Amino acid sequence: MNNSFVKFLIILFLSAALAFGMGMYFPWWSIAVAAFVTGLVVKAKPGTAFLGGLFGLFLLWAGLVYYISNNNDNILAHRFSLLMLKQDNPLKLILLTGGIGGVVGAFAALSGSLLRSIFSKP
Amino acid sequence: MRIVYFILTSAVTIALCIILNSKVLLPAPLGRLLSPQEGIWQNAEPVNEDFNANLSVKGLNGKVTVYLDERLVPHVFAEQENDAYFVQGYLHAKFRLWQMELQTLVAAGRASEVVGEVALNHDREFRRLGMVFAAENSLKEMEKDERVKGECDAYTAGVNAYIESLTRANLPLEYKLLGYYPEKWSNLKSALFLKYMSYDLASHEEDFEMTNAKNYFLPDQFKALFPTYHDSIDPIIPKGTVYQEPKVHPKTPATADSLYFSRDTVSAEEDNKADKANGSNNWAVSGTKTASGYPILCNDPHLGLNLPSIWYEIQLSTPEFNVYGASFPGAPGVIIGYNDSCAFGFTNGGRDVRDYYEIKFKDESRKEYWFDSAWLPTTFRYERIKIAGKPDMIDTVAYSIFGPVMYDKSFGGKRTSSTKNYAVRWKAHDASDELLMFYLLNRAHNYNDYTNAVLNLHTPGQNVVFADKAGEIALRTQGEFPAKWRGQGDFIMPGTDSAYMWQAMIPMDETPFQYNPERGFVSSANQFPADTVYPYYLGRDYPLARGIIINRKLHSMSNITVEDMQSMQTDNYNIFGEMVVPLFIKYLDMNRLSPNARKYANELKGWDKRNDFNSRGATVFYFAWQHLRDTIYADEYKNAPQPISYPLDFTVMESLLRDSAYSFIDDINTPQKETLEDMVAAALNATAMDCEKLDEAGTMDWGNFKDTKISHLLKQDAFSRLHVPIGGGEHVINATKTTHGPSWRMIVSLEPQTKAFGVYPGGQNGNPGSFFYDNFIDQWAAGKYYPLWLMKKEEAKDKRIKWVMNFSNS
Repeated sequence: MNNSFVKFLIILFLSAALAFGMGMYFPWWSIAVAAFVTGLVVKAKPGTAFLGGLFGLFLLWAGLVYYISNNNDNILAHRFSLLMLKQDNPLKLILLTGGIGGVVGAFAALSGSLLRSIFSKP
Repeated sequence: MRIVYFILTSAVTIALCIILNSKVLLPAPLGRLLSPQEGIWQNAEPVNEDFNANLSVKGLNGKVTVYLDERLVPHVFAEQENDAYFVQGYLHAKFRLWQMELQTLVAAGRASEVVGEVALNHDREFRRLGMVFAAENSLKEMEKDERVKGECDAYTAGVNAYIESLTRANLPLEYKLLGYYPEKWSNLKSALFLKYMSYDLASHEEDFEMTNAKNYFLPDQFKALFPTYHDSIDPIIPKGTVYQEPKVHPKTPATADSLYFSRDTVSAEEDNKADKANGSNNWAVSGTKTASGYPILCNDPHLGLNLPSIWYEIQLSTPEFNVYGASFPGAPGVIIGYNDSCAFGFTNGGRDVRDYYEIKFKDESRKEYWFDSAWLPTTFRYERIKIAGKPDMIDTVAYSIFGPVMYDKSFGGKRTSSTKNYAVRWKAHDASDELLMFYLLNRAHNYNDYTNAVLNLHTPGQNVVFADKAGEIALRTQGEFPAKWRGQGDFIMPGTDSAYMWQAMIPMDETPFQYNPERGFVSSANQFPADTVYPYYLGRDYPLARGIIINRKLHSMSNITVEDMQSMQTDNYNIFGEMVVPLFIKYLDMNRLSPNARKYANELKGWDKRNDFNSRGATVFYFAWQHLRDTIYADEYKNAPQPISYPLDFTVMESLLRDSAYSFIDDINTPQKETLEDMVAAALNATAMDCEKLDEAGTMDWGNFKDTKISHLLKQDAFSRLHVPIGGGEHVINATKTTHGPSWRMIVSLEPQTKAFGVYPGGQNGNPGSFFYDNFIDQWAAGKYYPLWLMKKEEAKDKRIKWVMNFSNS
């Protein structure tokens, strides 16, 4: 296993864990702070940080929502996808949710990583 | 270079957060809305949700235990009386907060705060009708009575205890969607909700429409179109009842003939009207007619069908009383239900208690108006209307001796020309203490308690049915109504002469009522309360059909069981069709019909007069009747001013049955004289065109054509139940139309061990993400019921109990 894949996994798990913890107390955009901090503290290439934040937050949001919706027999997801996507498609709504988390996570982790690189290299 | 990248990506991140948190670029704040930890997903209630809870809240006097049964109906057991209302408020808020608050915002003319400028006309209409003014008057009356004040204070504290426990995550879905936050509840909000019911039930009038009709038609035509009496009337209090000499004798103004009844007085144009179909059925049969030997009481109020439902089932139990039934989220107590001794229910009285007066202002300032040969000063009420996304609007409303000047130059409500001013006198402006009535009814043991309770109901006037375990049945056409001279308030009245004011109220002891009548039943279905021998003027606009079929059935029935009552309450027989179809057959000439029209005419002939879901005949009849009306009246109405009244179905039917040479039959635009045969042929040929289209679309069955739906209050289909498989309709006991119908069906057999059944088209939980949001609808549509359970405290271990909530004071 190469080094940058391990870094990717570390960022993925760390950003997801931090975002989940902060999400219990702070507004939703705290996921950006969580991914940013993760990018800042973990030494990795910016591209790795980007992908780590992307998958970390995508998996966190999509996973949480999948779990919630499953316990709900998708009642809400059926209704809400019809309202928002104009089609009865719970899975799409779940993927869209994950995607929003992922995009925010990716750019936040990348920003954190770039900030780190400014200070770590003269 | 890295700094540039960093600044760039940080900017993108921050921009994403802002965009996804607002409506700047997107139609909704998608990040906030879809966040798993605070967005709408938090409203996706697990299907095996655990409602058990131990709560300590501020404001309780003792302990309260709530047993939630399998249908999520709470059975509230409180040691202290007012604690029951506290917990009712808490539960209403927990399951229905958004709806409760929205209804009061709508009532107060504050909808624009939430939905923006689209609601501005509604808000101005309600402010100018004096809804808040009326609610304030009622609140004063309510708070005068210590019992009602205690009840309301506890209820309000309970709602607020729940609101205080809200977080971003457990906020009701609709707040998240629309982006606002609930206010604190108050007693005024409960008063506003009740005033909204008065608006829904007791604001109907056609003063402008009738004024136009009077001005447009010749006096003889007008009399034929708008009679005050119908041959088929079967009033609530039967014909032949003798009434006492009236104590009040309203005087017709000396100028009435020249100024009021004459043509060409005022001309006008309302877009915001309570549904005229807000009716209901109720009846009680005495033990002489039932199989058990004990009375059975039935009630189904017909209202707009919405999600979340207007009703919420609840049992309230304290050492002083024990009651079960349907409650209004927004108000304490049980509204339609039963207790250990008796049962009670309501239908709308439907009398005209809202009249208009034309006001003559001295000048543009609206500071003075002419009244009995003097200039009187007005007072002003300044209505500040907040509008989402726009600056506030101040609407200045002048108040006269009659009430608010609702329509003037700045606001015509699409009803009036801009040059005239109209004040509204509405009985709901006067104080009324409905809550005291419900308070006392919930605790009633016998007929006397019932009478004492209902006498507190002034507005909205209701036909209140009662039955008890001692075997007594009764029905009062209750309300405080103005004693009107004949014709008063049918049209817009002059506002310059005190002779046109309401002179007195009909004394309460002259209210028509029935108590243990010999026929063995009492009933009401919004028809005339009494025959014309009743000494007071009752107006002209009442639906007649359901009352006739209900009384016919009850007359003929004996050994009645609960099952009989269930099938009667959900019956689809169309008595109006029974009266009208023979008319079609009599004047039908097949040779004058298109081949297709013959086919549909035969379906009409063979129709079993039932508005069942699969009936094709019911659809044919619907069109045939509409087209017959149109062909008869279209020519005469062609140049009529708008808006204008049309004759009632019963008027048309009786006119045609009585006189085949009814003057409106002739088409005034042709030289020859048309006959009823011509009209029937034209109507059926037109009907065939409509029915062909439906047949092509495959929606010819009555239920598919009528297409009943139960809409979410925001009219979003995604949160509504569409295409509900149910028959029924106008003139039918099962009065289910497209968006309107039996909002709660209840049957109570008052045997020693009470047997009660009920169902409403909704669910206990107002959250669209809950299994309990709409789980009663299929049962309701199928005409089935749930057994209602007035639980005893000892039954806490019963298997129907799924969850327990314990409340104690913190």
